[in-house]
Amino acid sequence: MARSITYREAINEAIAQEMARDERVIVMGEDNAGGAGSPGEDDAWGGVLGVTKGLYGKFPGRVLDTPISESAFVGAAVGAATGGLRPVVELMFIDFLGVCFDQIFNQAAKFRYMFGGKAVTPVVVRTMWGAGLRAAAQHSQSLLSVVTHIPGLKVVAPSNPYDAKGLLIQAIRDDDPVIFAEHKMLYDVSGDVPEESYAIPFGEANIVREGSNGHADVTIVAIGRMVNTALEAADELASSGIQVEIIDPRTTSPLDTDTILESVENTGRLVVVDESNPRCSLATDIAALAAQEVFGSLRAPIQQVTGPHTPVPFADSLEDLFIPDTTRVAAAVKTVVDHVG
Amino acid sequence: MTGTLTQAPAAELTPDALLDAYRTMRTIRDFEERVHEEFATGDIPGFVHLYAGEEASATGVCSHLDLRDAIASTHRGHGHCIAKGVDVMGMMAEIFGKLTGSCRGKGGSMHIADLSKGMLGANGIVGGGPPLICGRALASKLKGDGGVAVAFFGDGASNQGTTLESLNLASIWNLPAIFVAENNGYAEATSSTWSVATDDIADRAAAFGMPGVIVDGFDFFAVHEAAGEAVARAREGGGPTLIEVKFTRYFGHFEGDQQLYRADEVRNARENLDCLKVFRARVTGSGQLTDDQLDQVDQEVATAIAASVVAAKAAPKPGADDLLTDVYVSYQ
Repeated sequence: MARSITYREAINEAIAQEMARDERVIVMGEDNAGGAGSPGEDDAWGGVLGVTKGLYGKFPGRVLDTPISESAFVGAAVGAATGGLRPVVELMFIDFLGVCFDQIFNQAAKFRYMFGGKAVTPVVVRTMWGAGLRAAAQHSQSLLSVVTHIPGLKVVAPSNPYDAKGLLIQAIRDDDPVIFAEHKMLYDVSGDVPEESYAIPFGEANIVREGSNGHADVTIVAIGRMVNTALEAADELASSGIQVEIIDPRTTSPLDTDTILESVENTGRLVVVDESNPRCSLATDIAALAAQEVFGSLRAPIQQVTGPHTPVPFADSLEDLFIPDTTRVAAAVKTVVDHVG
Repeated sequence: MTGTLTQAPAAELTPDALLDAYRTMRTIRDFEERVHEEFATGDIPGFVHLYAGEEASATGVCSHLDLRDAIASTHRGHGHCIAKGVDVMGMMAEIFGKLTGSCRGKGGSMHIADLSKGMLGANGIVGGGPPLICGRALASKLKGDGGVAVAFFGDGASNQGTTLESLNLASIWNLPAIFVAENNGYAEATSSTWSVATDDIADRAAAFGMPGVIVDGFDFFAVHEAAGEAVARAREGGGPTLIEVKFTRYFGHFEGDQQLYRADEVRNARENLDCLKVFRARVTGSGQLTDDQLDQVDQEVATAIAASVVAAKAAPKPGADDLLTDVYVSYQ
């Protein structure tokens, strides 16, 4: 039965249900319990934003605090995955890829191919991404394109609580290494989530808004938090008679290219909304895909709505300018609609 | 807690165990000498780093291990593979880039692995293995299967953050992990006496609250004894150990290395310190084995290595169908 819970609670519930179902699932990360070696409570934090709170008591010995040694403990999760466990390791911020990337992209991602198909590395790296928390340049990035680029990794970016639970359950059950990217601005967003366990397959995009009566003028592909921004823009645009179909890929690797291309073939217009930096990004990737595969269907140049080619700034006045908003999305949609070919 | 072992006793090893150890060391030596020759012909592609001279380390450590146990290796990994039981035919074919190789020709010398043998792979990244070994040790600890995990790494990797982080993690988690620092004197062309800030790598063990021991890497028995203590301690829940094994490599950093950075230390090592010579003198001198027994092993190994090269050369290369396979278990 569904009830309304937050994105944070949905993630916690997914981990708890999988830990109860499969004793091979363990959790590790900085302050994931939050009390190791301290005189106070053992489960003091439950992760820096409380996502893993309560798991420590429910699953004794299976929620491990780590030192601030991302290379060692992310690598340990990878090694444990080759040894029969199914670790869910938390990389507190995706920005911290910089201190442990080797273990992810040179080790975990490559084992299966490099070892001739004999390795199975079922590790999930949960990590917080995205701008909006005034966390500045080293705690706000959207490095999904960096991990999506790597063969051997799967990359998941849920945009709502329902998807967060179902995709995380799939990630834990999946036999490949998965980067599970949780947008920090979505943790307190609520939505209907079934109590029972369910898995959402990877590589299946969600059409979160269809046009009107089977008709849409424009396809928007939006990633993560930008799905909500696109939805708000679509409401405004509908009042001026422009119908938008919004596709949330949910996983950027694998990417559901069929759903995206089919929609673009129908609408003839594409806007990609991604809060990351613009170069070599998911936006350029998806735009190039459509340009190559359905060029003949396009009625206007593809528009990309992204952050600028800058680090994420601190000052709220600047960060708000960095992050794509409904005005910019709506303007891009109007540009493609108004294009005269 | 750093100590040095010399002239370790051989008494506890049975004749069969001694023969096994000799066979492993001889197999590694012949394998590497033959790869050295074959590389010079141009038939072997890519980068190859040879383990000749270091055989006593892999053999002395792995003689204590079984299928519960895992090892992680380095770019100089052939010896670790052989000592952990990886099939020599598959290894040779892999080095030649053939479909019959351990990794179907997709890994090559620097990525030979056999997870069914607990061999987590040679590794092209210096310091790549120690974090993985923490994870394998954690898995054994949580599953309670009595397994231990061993990270082999070089003097170069002893300066990598991954290694130092892993020593700390293994210690605070009290993992059944063993860190074997194979100090062959050079990280590529750079001397470890210059690049390592402490006198010995084993000195660093104290900083991470674990025992550190230095052993003569040319002496199988010294390595065997030190590793035996470390493995026993790890299996009993006593936590990790750092073992520094000192020796020199007989070949360059990679095949083709002119080695202008070092003096003629290899000749002395080959003549006076060589692990196979030392081993033979020891076990024949004590009467535990005869020269005939060891000669027979030499013959059998030479035949097996020669056969592996013939088979590798005759084997097919992977083709276009293999390019896209085995990136993922599943990918829709």
